[in-house]
Amino acid sequence: MDKSHLEGISKELFESKRLRSKREAIRKLATYVVLILGSISMILPFLWMLSTSLKEPQAIYTFPPRWIPEPIIFESYIKVWKIVPFARFYLNSIFIALCVTLGQVMTSAFAAYAFSRLRFPGRDKLFFAYLATMMIPYSVILVPVYILMVYFRWIDSYKALILPAMFTAYGTFMLRQFFMTIPRDLEDAARIDGCSLFGIFWRIIIPLSKPALATLTMFTFMASWNNFMWPLLVTESVEKKTLPIGLAYFQEVYQYTQPDWSLLMAGSLLAVLPVIVMFVFNQRFFVEGIKLTGIKG
Amino acid sequence: MNLKSRHRETLIAYLFLSPNLLGFLIFTSIPVLVSLSFSFFDSQLAPWPQVLSGKFVGFGNFVKLLGFRLQDGVWLANDPKFWKFTGNTLFLMMVIPFQIFGSLVLALIMNQKIRGIVGFRTIYFLPTISNGVAIYLLWQWVYNPNFGLLNSMIAKFGEIVNLSLKGPHWLSNEAWAKPSLMIMGLWVVIGGHNAILYLAALQNIPKDFYDAASIDGANLWQKFWYITWPMISPTTFFITIMAVIFGFQSGFMQAYIMTRGGPNGATTTLEYYIFNNLYEWHHVGYAATIAWFLFIVIFVITLLNWRFGGKLVNY
Repeated sequence: MDKSHLEGISKELFESKRLRSKREAIRKLATYVVLILGSISMILPFLWMLSTSLKEPQAIYTFPPRWIPEPIIFESYIKVWKIVPFARFYLNSIFIALCVTLGQVMTSAFAAYAFSRLRFPGRDKLFFAYLATMMIPYSVILVPVYILMVYFRWIDSYKALILPAMFTAYGTFMLRQFFMTIPRDLEDAARIDGCSLFGIFWRIIIPLSKPALATLTMFTFMASWNNFMWPLLVTESVEKKTLPIGLAYFQEVYQYTQPDWSLLMAGSLLAVLPVIVMFVFNQRFFVEGIKLTGIKG
Repeated sequence: MNLKSRHRETLIAYLFLSPNLLGFLIFTSIPVLVSLSFSFFDSQLAPWPQVLSGKFVGFGNFVKLLGFRLQDGVWLANDPKFWKFTGNTLFLMMVIPFQIFGSLVLALIMNQKIRGIVGFRTIYFLPTISNGVAIYLLWQWVYNPNFGLLNSMIAKFGEIVNLSLKGPHWLSNEAWAKPSLMIMGLWVVIGGHNAILYLAALQNIPKDFYDAASIDGANLWQKFWYITWPMISPTTFFITIMAVIFGFQSGFMQAYIMTRGGPNGATTTLEYYIFNNLYEWHHVGYAATIAWFLFIVIFVITLLNWRFGGKLVNY
């Protein structure tokens, strides 16, 4: 093979590589453009929320709307606490979410340990029953539990807001799936060393399951924070309302007048902010959790 | 293992299980059965301590819900509202294929070697984690016919192209109310759970498959159609089933906040109808009947999905 021929091949190779990398670069650029445009359309409504919340009442109803308010005022963020007991809603939501989360993670972890690691008669049938209820529409369960609350005279109490939400098949299912992935060798060694079943649970399973527990904690907290229909059913007084119900109640204040959108948006932003912050810092756990329960199909 | 330690393990197992099992029995499994029995009574909410008043009506509630009667030679539904709200629910569910397709496209784009993937994923996930009520209030404002973001942008665009464009009265127009909710639904769901599941599924496909296809000269579309699509079919199957199950029992919160089920019942879904029956009208028996009907529909559809959809799934 002569030299010029070799040169030709290498040149051709180089060309095709350059061409390919050029095409690759264009594709990459297009990818970024699409992703960024999409991100803008995701964020735009949130910016609209922020912008509205910083406007004077008369500046809201103008055309064309201004993105940067003139002047920027923070009054809505002060007024919102006074017009409705927003602080109360906040505290209620936090208290209820903490109780529900604590209860659910604990009871789910105990049950998941039994389902994944202990042998007892009826285990698989019982677990199947747990799984089966996950398919049942929420409203089927809602009706009798609501009647139960009326019967117990728990309407408008924290008990009604917390207790029924504390036990879920979902939490048990999720943790059981995770516990199943922990190698058994570790516990066998511990058993031989005379560790009790509770000791295995507390010293081996729980420390190894921190990511899954964190995921369930966050899922439960969010679900409680965003829960709507149940607190709407069981609360009556303003003092027992949670944040979402409080927002809906806030909206009802304007039933017969032009809503003060700057106030409503300030309230909405305050309701959204804690979960967004929590999500941004812990989003890895969310992604893992979604994969854990969803990937098998 | 001897018998004694077997018994011990059973005992300990039930100890571990008991807190959750107790709650599960009281607040989930027994209520399911109680709910079924409710559907055979025309129960109304009564003052405490009676709580419920009503008599056994057999399948009366189901006849009222699903039955038709002949009147002057025309068949009339016993409960025309129910059929209307069922129609609404199904109509709103037509956004599901768009949501799934959107999530798949997003996941395909995100599955390339790009920087800032975590940031993008977070941004697209924001609507999913945000408080529902806050999101719906925001969109109610976005859809404001005169000063909302959307119609302002439409009018502005009209000015630029020198046309007098005017956006519809989104939520207060009977024809536009449902599409409005569907557009919002697309925005909310597109980057949520489904996109993450798709992304995970895409990342699980062995790279060798694509390399082999490249050697055989396959183009991008062929790679997608013969490798990616079959490989992610279990995820598509799972996502579709879940979306349909949830689709039938959704639509309450958004309609309650944004439209109160209106205009003229155009956005009231079955879930909303159950809520109204229970909370507004205190028809406990009827609410349970609708809920159970929903359950049966979901059960049958899921069963059919498993039976026939399973064949479409590769491996």
